Amino acid sequence: MQKKTAYSFPEEILEHVFSFILSDKDRNAASVVCKSWYEIERWCRRKIFVGNCYAVSPTMVIRRFPDIRSIELKGKPHFADFNLVPDGWGGYVLPWISKMAGAYPWLEEIRLKRMVVTDESLELVAKSFTNLQVLVLFSCEGFSTDGLAAIAASCKNLRELDLRDSEVDDLSGHWLNHFPDTYTSLVSLNISCLGSDDVSFSALERLVGRCPNLRRLLLNREVPLDKIANLLSRAPQLIEFGTGTYAAELRSDVYSNLAEAFCNCKELKSLSGFWDAVPAYLPVIYSVCSRLTSLNLSYAPIQNPDLTKLVSQCPSLQRMLVLDYIEDSGLEVLASSCKDLQELRVFPSDPFGEEPNVSLTEKGLVAVSSGCPKLQSVLYFCRQMSNAALVTIAQNCPNFTRFRLCLLDPKIADYRTLQPLDVGFGAIVEHCKDLRRLSLSGLLTDCVFEYIGMHAKKLEMLSVAFAGESDLALHHVLSGCESLRKLEIMNCPFGDKALLANAAKLETMRSLWMSSCSVSLGACKMLGQKMPRLNIEVMDEKGPPDSRAESDPVDKLYIYRSVAGPRFDMPPFVWTMDEDFASELS
Amino acid sequence: MAFEKDLNLDATELRLGLPGTSDESAKNQTPATLRSNNKRALPEESMSSNATASKNCDQETAPLPKAQVVGWPPIRSYRKNNLQPKKSEGEISGIYVKVSMDGAPYLRKIDLKVFKGYPELLKALEDMFKFKAGEYSEREGYNGSEFVPTYEDKDGDWMLVGDVPWEMFTNSCKKLRIMKGSEARGLGCVV
Repeated sequence: MQKKTAYSFPEEILEHVFSFILSDKDRNAASVVCKSWYEIERWCRRKIFVGNCYAVSPTMVIRRFPDIRSIELKGKPHFADFNLVPDGWGGYVLPWISKMAGAYPWLEEIRLKRMVVTDESLELVAKSFTNLQVLVLFSCEGFSTDGLAAIAASCKNLRELDLRDSEVDDLSGHWLNHFPDTYTSLVSLNISCLGSDDVSFSALERLVGRCPNLRRLLLNREVPLDKIANLLSRAPQLIEFGTGTYAAELRSDVYSNLAEAFCNCKELKSLSGFWDAVPAYLPVIYSVCSRLTSLNLSYAPIQNPDLTKLVSQCPSLQRMLVLDYIEDSGLEVLASSCKDLQELRVFPSDPFGEEPNVSLTEKGLVAVSSGCPKLQSVLYFCRQMSNAALVTIAQNCPNFTRFRLCLLDPKIADYRTLQPLDVGFGAIVEHCKDLRRLSLSGLLTDCVFEYIGMHAKKLEMLSVAFAGESDLALHHVLSGCESLRKLEIMNCPFGDKALLANAAKLETMRSLWMSSCSVSLGACKMLGQKMPRLNIEVMDEKGPPDSRAESDPVDKLYIYRSVAGPRFDMPPFVWTMDEDFASELS
Repeated sequence: MAFEKDLNLDATELRLGLPGTSDESAKNQTPATLRSNNKRALPEESMSSNATASKNCDQETAPLPKAQVVGWPPIRSYRKNNLQPKKSEGEISGIYVKVSMDGAPYLRKIDLKVFKGYPELLKALEDMFKFKAGEYSEREGYNGSEFVPTYEDKDGDWMLVGDVPWEMFTNSCKKLRIMKGSEARGLGCVV
């Protein structure tokens, strides 16, 4: 009798089944079932996410996955956003583009975050990937409008070009002219980061006019208010729109044109931009407000009562970004009007001021937590907090997935009891069982870390600054947080003990960043010796580590797991503590 | 303590300030010289200066601005740049320019505001990129060196660092480039 097993499924059927498996985790799980599944899976995987571009080499990726159509790469550590990573650290995309150019001629999507992208890279992209449909450069730098011109000229199938938060060298505004007249496929364009000379408005108008599928358009600050109406009238099908400068002298013709243009955008659901916004022109968007699910006013210096009045007209809001001009009173209105709110971000209008310039306290956040049952994601900058408020917030919102609280004075205590804020944050991790991301601030002892280690079992990313008293704190986190992937720490008194005791944990995480802590050079070298699959990178602008004592604390430490070994593109101020380094000096 | 009032120590006490002025008014003068843009202060230093600043603050003195710690508060640069400047414009923001060197793939960024003049700037560049700029003279530019510091000004012209007065330089410099000496010939050749 012939033995038939599940493994005799024809490959085509397995491949077809796999085509329904989209998540990386599931694909990875399928690939380790057996050798034949591994083979079949790797040939039909189309999408790759590389959370750390140095964790694996492009050659390795290409060897395993021969036919990728979509790639996402991330480069610099998150703290690079706050100027903690010096220029020249790394994150260059060119080696990836060069290798992929030959291997993936059918590549359709490239998404990059915090990477250095040069014009040369963009030109190579334009030349090599004729089928490119999506190019997202999120917080990238190193390129100019020349690189963009190359993309515009060659990528006939481009649907999405998103430069969000990138730093672009302005050379000329004419790169938009490089989109040929026959090009009509644009669906999403985000040029909000571009400077003054970077966009030729007439080219933009023509481009918008000939792309009937354009759904998302985020303009840069320099586009004046009186040009918006014309632009919108060419694209009434927009779903998401970002204005330029939202200020001008009040003129009735401009006003009425704008109002009419917005009114005609029947599908508009998301608004942003509003740089320098003046209250006079706010009412032109009232016709859209009831439909808005996302509103980003975080660049608008609008204050109450205009700000609150606007917010009260948007009952469908799911996502709200705003400056602290909204104040507690405005947040109370938000809480009573916007029952679908899922995400709230409140940014400080005067982060370096000594005294509060607005009346935004913990009360605003408590109000929103109480009034908005679907609230899941919070980023809140304020100047005072209490444990009681945090406990209330935690009890109101057990569904939090992301909670980031930034008290502007980094070591400030509970303003009512003068106690540390341990209990408050402890309540957050205890009640919010699905919490994936947490940022701490305020006066915090080792206690809060004990709570985190005990309760935050789904936590994937933790950001800590000016907190804790001893290594025990770090030990609690590393030993308790089972799902931890990214840990970033600045200015905390954490040294060698916790790190060395939990060295194995580091291989289960994507990365660990520690700056201005007390980790010694000797500990870094030891980790480098003991853990070959970790890259231990020490950053110090004062000079090479070999000139200092073993017990000296390192300035910045970045540890990440990698199967690619140490990298070779490091600048003079980064040293990798691998086995060679350690033995050279001993 | 009551004795002090009787003895009228105020009259005899040596202190700063014009006779007839009280301590209160002297304190009210904002200690502008104490404001420092020490963004790059070591965290330990800045934390202790924070502590002393808040302790020494009494009702009459203008509070010292907190020494800024790099990376805190965690706000991205483009957001910081977008905020309405308060009373003292330019106090918080520096003049950040990119610095590149021919042959080195790594860019650096420096804040021109922290330097008082060309000698300091050149020393910092030399330390950063490990080169020697050589002697500068108005006539001949940088003598005896392989590398020459140049900058791009507002008009897009490439100039030799040092050719214009320092203030003019910091106001017009868009980016710095340390060029190979051979390429720099022809720049800054005035006379």
